[in-house]
Amino acid sequence: MSDLNQALAEKYQGNFLKEVIDNVEEGDMVRMCMQCGVCAGSCPMGPHWEHTPQKIFMMIRANKRDEVLQSDSMWMCTSCYNCIARCPRELPITHIMHGLASYAKRLNLVPKEQPTAKFAQLFWDNLAKKGRVNELKLGISLYFMNGFGEGIKVAMGNQKLGMNMLKTKRMAINEAWGGHSVKDKSGFHAMLKKAAELESAAIEAHSK
Amino acid sequence: MSDEVKIGAYICKGCDLGNRLNTDQLEMIATREGRVALAKSHDFLCGEDGVKMIQDDLASGEANKVVIAACSRRAKTDAFSFEGVPTSRVNLREGVIWVRPETDEAQETTQEMAEDYVRMGCAEIKFMANPKPSEEQGTNRHVMVVGGGITGMTAALEAARAGYQVSIVEKSDALGGTAGQLYRRAPTRAPYADPEDTGVEPLIQMLEDDAKVTIYLNSVISSTDGAPGRFNIEITQGSDQLEIISCGSIIQASGMTPYDASQLTEFSYSDAPDVITQLELEALAKAADGGPIKRPSDGKEVKNVVFVQCAGQRSDKEGHLSYCSGHCCNTSIKQAMYFKDNALSSGTDPLDIQTTILFSDLRTPGAGGEDFYRSGQDKGVTFRKATVSAVSKDGKVSLNDLILDEEDTIDADLVVLATGMIPNSGRNNEREDELQTIKTQLEAEHKEVPQEMLDEIAIPVESILNLNYKQGSDLPQLVSGFNDSHFICFPYETRRTGIYAAGPTRRPMDTQQAQEDATGAAMKAIQAIENAGKGMAAHPRSGDLSYPTFRKEGCTQCKRCMMECPFGAIHSDEKGYPQYNEARCRRCGTCMGACPVRVISFENYSIDSVGQQIKACDIPDEFDEKPRLLVLACENDAYPALDMAAQNRFEYSAFVRVIPVRCLGSVNTIWITDALNSGYDGVVLMGCKKGDDYQCHFVKGSEMAHVRMSKIADTLQTLNLEEERVAVHEVAITDIQRVPELIDDMAKVVEEIGMSPFKF
Repeated sequence: MSDLNQALAEKYQGNFLKEVIDNVEEGDMVRMCMQCGVCAGSCPMGPHWEHTPQKIFMMIRANKRDEVLQSDSMWMCTSCYNCIARCPRELPITHIMHGLASYAKRLNLVPKEQPTAKFAQLFWDNLAKKGRVNELKLGISLYFMNGFGEGIKVAMGNQKLGMNMLKTKRMAINEAWGGHSVKDKSGFHAMLKKAAELESAAIEAHSK
Repeated sequence: MSDEVKIGAYICKGCDLGNRLNTDQLEMIATREGRVALAKSHDFLCGEDGVKMIQDDLASGEANKVVIAACSRRAKTDAFSFEGVPTSRVNLREGVIWVRPETDEAQETTQEMAEDYVRMGCAEIKFMANPKPSEEQGTNRHVMVVGGGITGMTAALEAARAGYQVSIVEKSDALGGTAGQLYRRAPTRAPYADPEDTGVEPLIQMLEDDAKVTIYLNSVISSTDGAPGRFNIEITQGSDQLEIISCGSIIQASGMTPYDASQLTEFSYSDAPDVITQLELEALAKAADGGPIKRPSDGKEVKNVVFVQCAGQRSDKEGHLSYCSGHCCNTSIKQAMYFKDNALSSGTDPLDIQTTILFSDLRTPGAGGEDFYRSGQDKGVTFRKATVSAVSKDGKVSLNDLILDEEDTIDADLVVLATGMIPNSGRNNEREDELQTIKTQLEAEHKEVPQEMLDEIAIPVESILNLNYKQGSDLPQLVSGFNDSHFICFPYETRRTGIYAAGPTRRPMDTQQAQEDATGAAMKAIQAIENAGKGMAAHPRSGDLSYPTFRKEGCTQCKRCMMECPFGAIHSDEKGYPQYNEARCRRCGTCMGACPVRVISFENYSIDSVGQQIKACDIPDEFDEKPRLLVLACENDAYPALDMAAQNRFEYSAFVRVIPVRCLGSVNTIWITDALNSGYDGVVLMGCKKGDDYQCHFVKGSEMAHVRMSKIADTLQTLNLEEERVAVHEVAITDIQRVPELIDDMAKVVEEIGMSPFKF
């Protein structure tokens, strides 16, 4: 358990709803959920989650801090936006799920080997480097996500698909060497840094 | 107008009646068999010309009673309204041509149907007189309001504003009632976001300033006599009789008593000072007056409060209330807001005070209910769908979360129980009588009387009205001890005419609903006064001038009319003869139906006015294969349903003859016996739904009819007739498809068991 997590848990002891409202993106909307369950019924991933959005919201209000932040539920969201489109109370459910995931990650509470979390990290690292997603590198890093041996296996399996994509100019092989970037790369990095500072500062402040 | 009866029969040829029926033949029947003075047809009887033709005949003295053979009595009532002239309506349109196919084969039976209805109309009119107001009337524009809570005060103010004198009798030493104990109330107007002022204080002020209103505090009613328009009410203060007030009508707004929470041992109410009821929290909120609310045990500021909904209510458990008290969900939201709003105004984050409402079903009735719930969520009130199994002495709430499906506990500083309300409805005379009867019976059989029964008898309940009525001291009760009321159709009507129940004494409600209720009851009370002054009936036959009289020579003093009258209108005089209180009477005719010697009648509705219609019908020979079915249909629901079936052109048997009756309760068994004796093959009675969720406009009329008809089997046996020939049905006004089916069912039954042997 990280120190930050410890600090926040103590600060908000027994009032997880307030913690979510203070620290999770659009978390203030959690209190407006009226538990109709339309999100749970609409979610294409519904049967695969540990807790549906409806339950996650109820658990937040019932002070189930550890169960919520350590669950893999919000990581299962595919951002299809079905729930947002259908929620009669117009809760930004998808955004809240991502907000919760991000908060859990900041507190180091993500379940080990959670594939979506791994992917998200790879995607972010790839993007943060040059301000543009390098699809070739992202694809390759995904192949090797679970180790070198499996990476080779997956790569060999997709050999034919890869060749076809090259032929039809759907994949640029020269992206493997550097690849292109946003115009003002240093500006972009400064921007990310500032944003990260702001975010951490806010949460740090809440933890005291 | 001369004394000689001259009946004018007018037959309409409009609405296709002229094409479908042989109206010349109908005219002839009216003249020859109906013995009317004149019979005329007109192409458009309800038009200006047609009505003028009738009016001219009336003016010239050619006719002084009228038979209109046209559409249903429920149609064209304005056109066919001749003041002071008895009028019988023969229903040829909805009753005949619209329910019969337009075919050559059907023509003969359709015409026979019309002819019979004309005969029946001519028979009825002979026994109809013009009702005159009795001598009994008197106008007393004074309303008595019993109870000085928000309901009573609102009713008093409304009546006073309408120009009526008002007296308010309040048992305690101040006006205000339960609403006066509240800090705030749930919002009554948009945006329904925050608790609002109760409005009790300005209301008290307005009443105190109103010259038309007299307030009696520390007072009760020790005796009530009379009838609408002439009630005499004795007001007592302590042991002193204060005054006798005569008034026109009474509004009973006796309110409610909170449920005794000490019965809820599982919630530690009696053991833990920090487990309180909603009403006790109001007192804490009043004391805090916008500042932090402190708990009773140690004065600590409350940081975590849990509301337990449905505490001891909506439950089958012994000692619990079975019903929902209607206001508690909104009240808990309102009270949770006290904590949030007070935190905000004292500079703390409202989210630092946790307010959890534990409910199994959250119900926020009223226009603003949903908005108020949403506003509660917005302020950070947590709603958890859960059942609470226990509350410990130190405020630990054990619950089963129904969404998460798991057991959980909350450590609360304060637990608020949403307990229910018990109506202050006075004595339950019916139950008292019942207990007494059982007790006497058990004692007579030398059996032991169960202790619970003795306990129940031993608990004295104070009467509220102390009515000097033969039928009991208080308003009758219907369900769960609430005073009479029909939830949808006639909410304020009780079974005691001129006495209107308003507020939580008739059903659970909040202050806003109670105020709406009070306004409605005030209007009914005014109507009762005005109608009584004119000798007219109150609801539902409002404006009816007829009233029942009885032929003393024939009366056997059996008292059945007094027992069966649903409205306690009939008292007995010293000799045991019925004594009618016209102003209490609703003109349903249940007494007429009850009378075994048939001496009770109205001017325009009597044993004869219906009996002669039954006899006027032409009964074909047994071998004609044309059975005759009699339908006695309640004019409130069943008859309109038949009319609407006709408007939809639902066909039914041509062998049926329908007679509308005021209420099924007015059906005297002699009509059934006479009908069967004179050769009818089947009788169908259609009345309203009976029982606790009755739809009968006269509350018990339909029930009485069912009881009487359950005994008709004996009569049928003596006549050697099959039981199936008489059927009683409960019909709703919406049973448009069902009513024709019920008629056809009887036709089928007759087809199966064969024709009646009584055709002569």
